[in-house]
Amino acid sequence: MTSFRRTTLGLGIALLALGLAAPILPKWALFLVTIAIAKGLVALGLLLLMRTGLVSFGQGLYFAAGAYAAGVGSQALHIGDAVPMVLLGGLVAAAVAAVLGLLLARYRAIFFAMLSLAFSMILYGLLVKTSELGSTDGFNVAARTVFGFPIASGLGRYGVYALAALCAFGAAVGLDRYLGSYLGRLAPAVRDNELRVEYMGASVRNVVHLNLVIAAAMAGVGGALTALAVGHIDPEMAYWTTSGEFVFVAILSGTTSVAAPFAGALLLELLRSFAYEHAPNTWQLVMGSAMLAVILFLPEGLWSIFRRRRRAAT
Amino acid sequence: MSTILAVLVDGVIYASWLFIIAAGLTLIYGVMRILNMAHGSLYALGAYVAASLAGAWLRAGWAPMGSYAMLVLAALVVALVVGPLIERGLLRFCYGRDEVVLVLVTYALFLIIEDVIKLGWGVESYFIYEPYGLLGNVEIGALSYPLYSAVLVGAAVLVGVGLRFGIYGTRFGKLLVAVIHDREVSAAMGINVNRVYLVTFTLGTFLAAVGGALTAPTVSVVPGMGVETIVLAFAVVVIGGLGSMQGAALGALIVGLVRSAAVHFFPQVELFSIYLVMALVLAVRPRGLFVAAEARKI
Repeated sequence: MTSFRRTTLGLGIALLALGLAAPILPKWALFLVTIAIAKGLVALGLLLLMRTGLVSFGQGLYFAAGAYAAGVGSQALHIGDAVPMVLLGGLVAAAVAAVLGLLLARYRAIFFAMLSLAFSMILYGLLVKTSELGSTDGFNVAARTVFGFPIASGLGRYGVYALAALCAFGAAVGLDRYLGSYLGRLAPAVRDNELRVEYMGASVRNVVHLNLVIAAAMAGVGGALTALAVGHIDPEMAYWTTSGEFVFVAILSGTTSVAAPFAGALLLELLRSFAYEHAPNTWQLVMGSAMLAVILFLPEGLWSIFRRRRRAAT
Repeated sequence: MSTILAVLVDGVIYASWLFIIAAGLTLIYGVMRILNMAHGSLYALGAYVAASLAGAWLRAGWAPMGSYAMLVLAALVVALVVGPLIERGLLRFCYGRDEVVLVLVTYALFLIIEDVIKLGWGVESYFIYEPYGLLGNVEIGALSYPLYSAVLVGAAVLVGVGLRFGIYGTRFGKLLVAVIHDREVSAAMGINVNRVYLVTFTLGTFLAAVGGALTAPTVSVVPGMGVETIVLAFAVVVIGGLGSMQGAALGALIVGLVRSAAVHFFPQVELFSIYLVMALVLAVRPRGLFVAAEARKI
């Protein structure tokens, strides 16, 4: 079996498990998994960027753009269904990245990180000062229906959860496919030595630009899903510490598997809800220490533990 | 007319504060190639220790003028304790790794220090206003400024001149320049690179902490004050060019004036005007104003 089909099968099983677990999961767990999937989507975009050799400290920009697009879509354009809201979120974020990418695609390493951070802070500053969008308070977002089912009724309760799971499945399978394609394989080549990639006749800037747009679309969908799950959005989503959290998830999960960001995000959300309950002031301490441990001892992320075991077994 | 004067004076005061912090950041990057994300937390740590020490001094009823010494002492304490601890305890294991990895390492450090501060000082805010008003006010045109602001400007000038003399006029400074140019050859020539790194990081920490300590009397010392500062300091050093001291000075002046102009004329763009300038500068000069573009290596 090819690795692509194996990944698809694994993700399919995970999707099935999520679907079967839905009726037995309590409400808080449904919410937690939905948020984890939404954040995992952002981290999945970061995985693609990290494979290209880029670390973005500004994914919060696309995350917030997606969330605000969904919110404005429901308020101003009167979109009632969650599916077009999420689509709109992804599209707007991708469009923002397509424009900013004209500039961003020229930068690498820390300059890329700093410039993307600056852009996300610009959006933060804009949102905080825009009273039409609720300034620092943000505003509430709610969908009336999901796939046409009214959200208040029995089946619709699982609507956002199901939508998130489907988005994650689609994004993960799609990205896995992309990473195996001609363009996708250029990503690690750009990371290793971009000058040689250019000598071979490929456009490094186009690859980087395209990967930026893909990562942004995923972050936008994640943002829109978060907006729907939480029911509220505020400018904090564009602040650089939000972006830092996504980087944390991406580092924790590593770049070896497209499933890892979701596992990493779930781990983060679980840890967070326990930490908030028992020791609210040590949460970042735990997060920072975990990140240091991973960078120093497991440079390929937590997922690489499974890999090593599997390799050792065969 | 008085508005323009106010813009200029506010801008220079703000720029002085920014320069002290950004100088430490750019020094550490220039020598060690580490973009220190924890710099803002060291700044906050300096402010907290200063608030505690100066607060204790004033409560004891000793001469209020002594509280200024406490501010500087606080910065020294932070630099001499935390600086070597971070450099020897963590960073030295990461030398030679990618610059981006070191950004992530210091980001983790930032998260840790933020919580250490919360554990040590709690989440309530601290106020020490006495040193701020103690020196009285000074009239500039029709405007009245506390003389303490002049202390801040003086400190920034002192830092700038001191660093300039320290780097180009002393033996250690020359060793530093050698290490900046080529770490390995310097080591081969018998320069103790580890010691240069240790001193550099401690000095950078001191600059962050002294920035925080001098700010402590002018603001309320609250959790999260480092989070905002670090992104401002980034903007300054990126505008000027990472690792360039003149760049940090010019960057601070640009950011200071832009911000104070925005505050006076277009308050709604205050927050993002700085980042807009940073993005604009980077669009024209990808490595900042004072750093020339490098040839790419195969």
